[in-house]
Amino acid sequence: MTSRLLIPPTYLPHSRRRALATGGAVLSAAAVALLGGREALAAKASGGAAEADVRILNTALGAELEAVAAYQVGAESGLLGKPALAVALQFQGHHKEHASALEATVRKLGGKPVAAKAKYAFPVEKLKSETDVLRFAAGLEKGAVSAYLGAVPLFAERELAKVAASILGDEAMHWAVLRQVLGEDPVPSAFVS
Amino acid sequence: MTLRRVAVVCLGSALLSLSAAQAAPDAATLKRGERVYERCAACHSIEGNRTGPQHCGLFGRRAGTAPGYDGYSRALRDAKIVWNERTLDAFLQNPVRAVPGTTMGYAGIADARERADLIAWLREATRPGRSCRLSR
Repeated sequence: MTSRLLIPPTYLPHSRRRALATGGAVLSAAAVALLGGREALAAKASGGAAEADVRILNTALGAELEAVAAYQVGAESGLLGKPALAVALQFQGHHKEHASALEATVRKLGGKPVAAKAKYAFPVEKLKSETDVLRFAAGLEKGAVSAYLGAVPLFAERELAKVAASILGDEAMHWAVLRQVLGEDPVPSAFVS
Repeated sequence: MTLRRVAVVCLGSALLSLSAAQAAPDAATLKRGERVYERCAACHSIEGNRTGPQHCGLFGRRAGTAPGYDGYSRALRDAKIVWNERTLDAFLQNPVRAVPGTTMGYAGIADARERADLIAWLREATRPGRSCRLSR
């Protein structure tokens, strides 16, 4: 099955070590750039609007932590060939970066970030092949695109909407790559919903 | 036929039609509804609690009471909503307006037909013991 994967070389991380490195708990340069110097956020945040923003961020954080766990299940399933595993680990690294950025922002706004659950209910009994794992991941990524799309217009603080839109773009790329690997049209429509 | 009898026949026909529509949405509606549900997949599943609560057993359930889910906002727990076509339609149109303080930070589904398709599909897909298994 692995030999049939059509993963453009440019989508592959340069190495597994790099993929793992990008998945660390330390904020990446991009995330730091997104959030850096945003002390003004905390200063500007006030009352109900800030609480609402924290709620949205925390829900997104919970979903990101779940995505990290889902990719871990896929990585440890033994069902992924080397190319697909490399992509999965790279995407997991992105989700870790998103989670770190969201967690830092929740703290910056005075909120308490949600923690990863001790256990997640994934449909592991239905994952019997590489295709199953990738299709499951693609479904989560598509859902993530929709979730961020639904969150962006709700932020009272526009800088947070910008951060969410940045993450949305990354999730959409994940979804497209996974669709490509699955042999589906990677960009099936001009708009996402 | 008296006017009253006509009215009774018409009402009976309307109720039968409504009942039939609720009992068996057409395949195209269900397919569209399932596609709309894909937007929920970052947080929800029919079976199993995730970032959001499981949807199995949704209809007739009071909001904030999905078995085994502990992530509800106080706002939703206190909302005294029972999920049915009408309450789901209102909530899904704009969750944060319908229940201020909900953790479902999602702008909603503005299109009434998309909501109707989604709700029709959810009614079929969330029947515990028939189309899904309720997690405890």
